[in-house]
Amino acid sequence: MGDTILWYTTRGAGAVSIVLLSVVVVLGLLARIRFATERWPRFLSAALHRDLALMTIVFVALHVVTAVVDPFTHLGLVAATVPFGSYYRTFWLGLGTISLELIMAIVVTSLVRQRICPRLWRGIHWLAYAAWPFGVLHGFGTGTDAFSLWLLAITIVCIGAVVGTALWRVIAAPRDPLRGERRAAAAGAS
Amino acid sequence: MTKQDVLAVDRIRCDGHGVCAELVPELIELDDWGYPIIGNAPIPDAIRAHARRAVSSCPALALRLGVPE
Amino acid sequence: MSGISLLAGPDRNGPERFSDHMARLGPLPPDAPSLIDVLDRSGLRGCGGAAFPVAAKWRAVAAQHSGERVIVVNGAEGEPLSRKDRLLMQVRPHLVLDGAMLAAETLRAERVFLYLGAEHTGAVRAMTGALQERSETDRRRTRLVTAPVGYVSGEESAAVHFINDGVALPTTTPPRPYQRGVGGRPTLIQNVETLAHVAMIARFGADWFRQLGRSGSTGTALLTVSGAVAAQTVIEVPQGVTLAEVVDAVGGTSARASAVLLGGYFGGWIAAEQAWDLHVDAASLKTGGHTLGCGVLAVLAASRCGVIESSRILTYLGDQSARQCGPCVFGLRAIADAVHSVAARRADANDIARVRRWAGVLGGRGACHHPDGAFGLLHSALRVFAAEFSAHLERGRCTLDARAAAA
Repeated sequence: MGDTILWYTTRGAGAVSIVLLSVVVVLGLLARIRFATERWPRFLSAALHRDLALMTIVFVALHVVTAVVDPFTHLGLVAATVPFGSYYRTFWLGLGTISLELIMAIVVTSLVRQRICPRLWRGIHWLAYAAWPFGVLHGFGTGTDAFSLWLLAITIVCIGAVVGTALWRVIAAPRDPLRGERRAAAAGAS
Repeated sequence: MTKQDVLAVDRIRCDGHGVCAELVPELIELDDWGYPIIGNAPIPDAIRAHARRAVSSCPALALRLGVPE
Repeated sequence: MSGISLLAGPDRNGPERFSDHMARLGPLPPDAPSLIDVLDRSGLRGCGGAAFPVAAKWRAVAAQHSGERVIVVNGAEGEPLSRKDRLLMQVRPHLVLDGAMLAAETLRAERVFLYLGAEHTGAVRAMTGALQERSETDRRRTRLVTAPVGYVSGEESAAVHFINDGVALPTTTPPRPYQRGVGGRPTLIQNVETLAHVAMIARFGADWFRQLGRSGSTGTALLTVSGAVAAQTVIEVPQGVTLAEVVDAVGGTSARASAVLLGGYFGGWIAAEQAWDLHVDAASLKTGGHTLGCGVLAVLAASRCGVIESSRILTYLGDQSARQCGPCVFGLRAIADAVHSVAARRADANDIARVRRWAGVLGGRGACHHPDGAFGLLHSALRVFAAEFSAHLERGRCTLDARAAAA
């Protein structure tokens, strides 16, 4: 029968990770859009984004650790750390490894944000636009549940939320009110 | 952190997000265009934690805690 | 009253050649180890606008711990009404260069930057030519750079920013240039006129410089006199003389004067009756709430409207903002627009109320002092031209109309 508990935990934690990751991305986009209503102050998007990102790490860690120690999967540490280093569904698993490492980079740089160059922080943070789809694709490619109805529905909702919010950001995000001004002034003063 | 700490904003980094005014309205209010107006008084003990939170929450990292110039 | 110290000597029609400069003034004293003490005793203050004591400034740079210092000679002259720096560079470039080299030796700086306005071609040519006449050592360590002329380009951090990254816009301080400036090194930025005074003080001494002044002030100052005067010109005067004496020295006013703009756009308006007795002296002007700024003295004829002039200046200052800080970009622009409405007699009482409210939160909220300068100008305009503002607002008329009608 194998270690079913580990296997279920891996799959469950993976599903939760995708949901959490999607919520984190949506919140990050809301912060960028400067979304605010009477009941939803501006600081809430960024604060939740940060807290849920840390929670996501926990579930991703659970997902990875249970997958690696599960003797049934024959996945070793290499599979978890080296992209495309596993023999099992190499490509799809590799996407997950990459996604994990991108998330780690984003979280670590954010924790030391006050001490590093703002442009570096921003550049790494943009990798979220790769981390999220890689995570989703990894789920589709390796998840045994991938096409079971409940997880499919959840994943579709997550994709819809992220894509919808991302479109909103592209169309309607307030630009830095001074961006045009700063460029013009800098050009004139060079 | 010493008793004389005040909040100061890097005016060039500041993009008028307004998160600071939400988190510590006792010390920061926004002008007609959403940019912070900060008093020069030292920060009362009771709200020092809020001030610190505002500093770490600024999306542009424009707010800092320091000794008055 | 011209040519007392800096502008003394013959032939102001072109840059003085090095050989003539040396023949006229003699060489610099062989060593200048205690130059900072001499400058301290001389009471010399900076001539770029802030009037900061020069010795204190040099000491601040000298006290920094990192090794190499940098000297920046600030000849950018962004204030449109000022022409003294350009004139000085065009006729006495070697005084400026002497001062720069003295600063470099005293502060052990290995690099000197001459920071000039790109459009000020006469000054650029004169300084380039003068630099060619200097010694190998001077030439090797000096670099001339030009930046587009703008109101904020002469600000200290803007000069450093341009030399470091090619953009002549102010940066956030701290750290100030004397702590970390060009290439991250402690940097002394000094106005060209200040350095010229240093060159004279190094030769002739602190006491000589002190006794050039009148009424207890020390040294001389270059002023740019313009507006309703017989001759718009740059003049060198002893510190301590009154503004009336300055205007007399250029031939008097050309029309009845209503007000004087002292210190340039960064200074403020003063009603003519109060202005004439003021002394050209940083300390005494400060106690009266005025400033000599960069030595601009512009006389406003009574036939011109103070509201319209102030509106023009504020609009210019708004356009010249570095546009990096929200309060300056939006606040200053809103104030300029509102005052423009008043000047065009299209405003109502709300506009003035808004102007006062915005002006109240404009001060100290920019990375540099640009909005503060604009606020100072506005404040002085509201005070000196109170009657004209009321006329424009309440009756939609300019006081000039009444005067014309009465004439």
